[in-house]
Amino acid sequence: MSRAKEVDPAAEAALFILQDQVHEPMHDRFLWATMMRRDEEAAAMPEWEELREIASKIKEHTLTHLDHYLEEFEANATKRGAHVHWALDAAEHNNIVYSLLHDRGVKELIKSKSMLQEECAMTPFLEKRGIRVVESDLGERIQQLDGQPPSHIVFPAIHKTRQDVAQLFARTIGTDPGNDDPHFLTEAMRNNARPRFLAAGAGMTGGNFAIAETGTFMVCTNEGNADIGASVPPLHIASIGIEKLIPRVEDMGVFLRLLARSAEGAPLTQYSSHFTGPRKGGELHIVLVDNGRSRRLGMPDFWHSLKCIRCGACMNTCPVYRRSGGLAYGATYSGPIGVILDPTFDEFKYSELPFHSTLCGSCSDVCPVKIDVSDQILKWRRVMAKKGYLPLAKRLSFAVAGHVFGHPAEYHAMENVAGPAIDYAPHFLLYDRTWNPWGRDRELPQLAKETFRQWYLENRSEHANVQH
Amino acid sequence: MAIPDEATNGKAFSPDMKIGLFIPCYIDMIYPEVGIATLELLERFGLNVGYPLNQTCCGQPMSNSGDEANAAATERLFVENFRGYDCIVGPAGSCVKQVRCHFDTLPQTDDVRHVRQRTYELVEFLHDVLKVDSFPWAEFPHSVAIHNSCSSIRGLAIAKPSEIMGASFDKTEALLSKVKRLVLVPVDRPDDCFGFGGTFCVTDEAVSARMGLDKVHDHLRHGAEYVVSPDMSCLMHQQGVARRAGLDLKYIHVAQVLNAGPF
Ligand code: SF4
Repeated sequence: MSRAKEVDPAAEAALFILQDQVHEPMHDRFLWATMMRRDEEAAAMPEWEELREIASKIKEHTLTHLDHYLEEFEANATKRGAHVHWALDAAEHNNIVYSLLHDRGVKELIKSKSMLQEECAMTPFLEKRGIRVVESDLGERIQQLDGQPPSHIVFPAIHKTRQDVAQLFARTIGTDPGNDDPHFLTEAMRNNARPRFLAAGAGMTGGNFAIAETGTFMVCTNEGNADIGASVPPLHIASIGIEKLIPRVEDMGVFLRLLARSAEGAPLTQYSSHFTGPRKGGELHIVLVDNGRSRRLGMPDFWHSLKCIRCGACMNTCPVYRRSGGLAYGATYSGPIGVILDPTFDEFKYSELPFHSTLCGSCSDVCPVKIDVSDQILKWRRVMAKKGYLPLAKRLSFAVAGHVFGHPAEYHAMENVAGPAIDYAPHFLLYDRTWNPWGRDRELPQLAKETFRQWYLENRSEHANVQH
Repeated sequence: MAIPDEATNGKAFSPDMKIGLFIPCYIDMIYPEVGIATLELLERFGLNVGYPLNQTCCGQPMSNSGDEANAAATERLFVENFRGYDCIVGPAGSCVKQVRCHFDTLPQTDDVRHVRQRTYELVEFLHDVLKVDSFPWAEFPHSVAIHNSCSSIRGLAIAKPSEIMGASFDKTEALLSKVKRLVLVPVDRPDDCFGFGGTFCVTDEAVSARMGLDKVHDHLRHGAEYVVSPDMSCLMHQQGVARRAGLDLKYIHVAQVLNAGPF
């Protein structure tokens, strides 16, 4: 294995935790509070579990008839005057967007949050070609000014404190570094960004849902920023992953009730905008993007990840994500959903991600579309192990442990010899005595003077010769 | 006070049935008192309990890391050891979950299926199978915080996960509430994982230790003297964190409380 593993979430998470006593506790507390609100909102709906089941079924149905619904969507969107483009991968997506902008002489673009556009690395692609891209979502704009990707799919800058933002704005848009009042900072950004919004030649959005029946797509935001991008400039381009399809308008009733409650513990996002065809005098282009999705659809263990509605609840509930910060995952998608999506883009690069989990299972229980997130994490571990991507330390100790546990005589020899037992026994629990992180933040457990087995042989002697 | 030495309940269970005692490797070597408490507790109900001497481990450390090849031999041995028993009972949620939910890479012979279906975690065995309604011998005059492991909650349904909506239940709590003078204290994040995760606690040291420390503080804030769990592996991690931080909390297995020792 010559290629270095580029992504080491455990090491990055350690840096996030150890940087100070502020960031990680704040991050954990905010997301935990979000979860508490989510639990309250969900508990207020007696039909919550039923809704999850229905949502899951609708998504499963749509994904198993995806070709049909995609064509229906294209036909209906076209009928309403939208132009529908098909992009096989990120490069095609970016080229389609670029030529649309280039052909119309657009030099400034405002965009709302879109994980798909992140996935395609669209912004650097366009900027290299002389197009200025401005994020209109506050969190995304903060991340853009800081040269960082979003650390959370719903709260892009959630790993930053108010003070971090005050410093960043002082550096980039000239505010007072001492003023970290959120209202002041928001207002400062509004004043800074408004003129750009008004000057932009095109607006881009993503799409939370695409409705086959009507050719409509929906964008959910809290800031109304997608609506500015869609209604001020003459050109609106929406990037939509092919898995975003749902069959009918009435299905929205299921998903809208789940989405904001799961995402932020609110009954609804502030804006749930429907776009059906271009507005008068404007142009609407929809780019439907595959970028590995149809391949994922063919993976028996992993295709259910395509049901994801990107609510971020699995991230908020994840005890590991809350302590790590999203940037630690080194990928477009972080948290539990990232752990199961990222390896579909590059198995080797992201081979450590499935191990950055305790497999506690909370993600599967919280997911509004019932994705078996936790089971998929374990299945990805199996994939990594089969491909030889396990970290070396793990491979060696498991070979030893696997051998000892498979051979009772050796296991009992190990536990019966008092001296060497001290050396060997914790080995399978703690793996390596020279590289032993257990000892840094924890006291080692002490081996008992007498094992249970020895006690049993002495105290239940009538059984002692059964299988000795 | 006279403490009866025989159970008054659980008698419906046939004494002819053979119960296999499954003592996971780390309990065998680090916490033998948990094994002793489990065996004595089951014997109090007049059960015929056997302990297969060739047992080693459930295969979880390897399997959880995706290492099926190294897990397989261990899993086969487990089935071999326990296939002759009517029920298999182990005081360890995550190990029982391993047997029940993850022995799926072995060929599913009758023996494998039998062992998977009939392996119980101690709390569910007492609560669901024996349906125990009292522990007359047990008394524990302390404030106790319960820690149900994630495997027990989400894998074995010992308690309702907080994310799932519906009527709440907690089988560990139901059993402990039958113990005299025991005071249960609530905590802020009852089912937030505290970072053991098997190999995770070694490979992801910083996150694991932080999760553990947060939990210790949650317990201390609510005045718990003891943390009681059906899963000693979680406690092993948490105990290590608390000791290193010099914090005063005691960690014991639910079997020790229900059996009145040994501690
Ligand atoms: S996997 Fe489920 S919980 Fe996580 S972001 Fe997707 S829909 Fe939300």
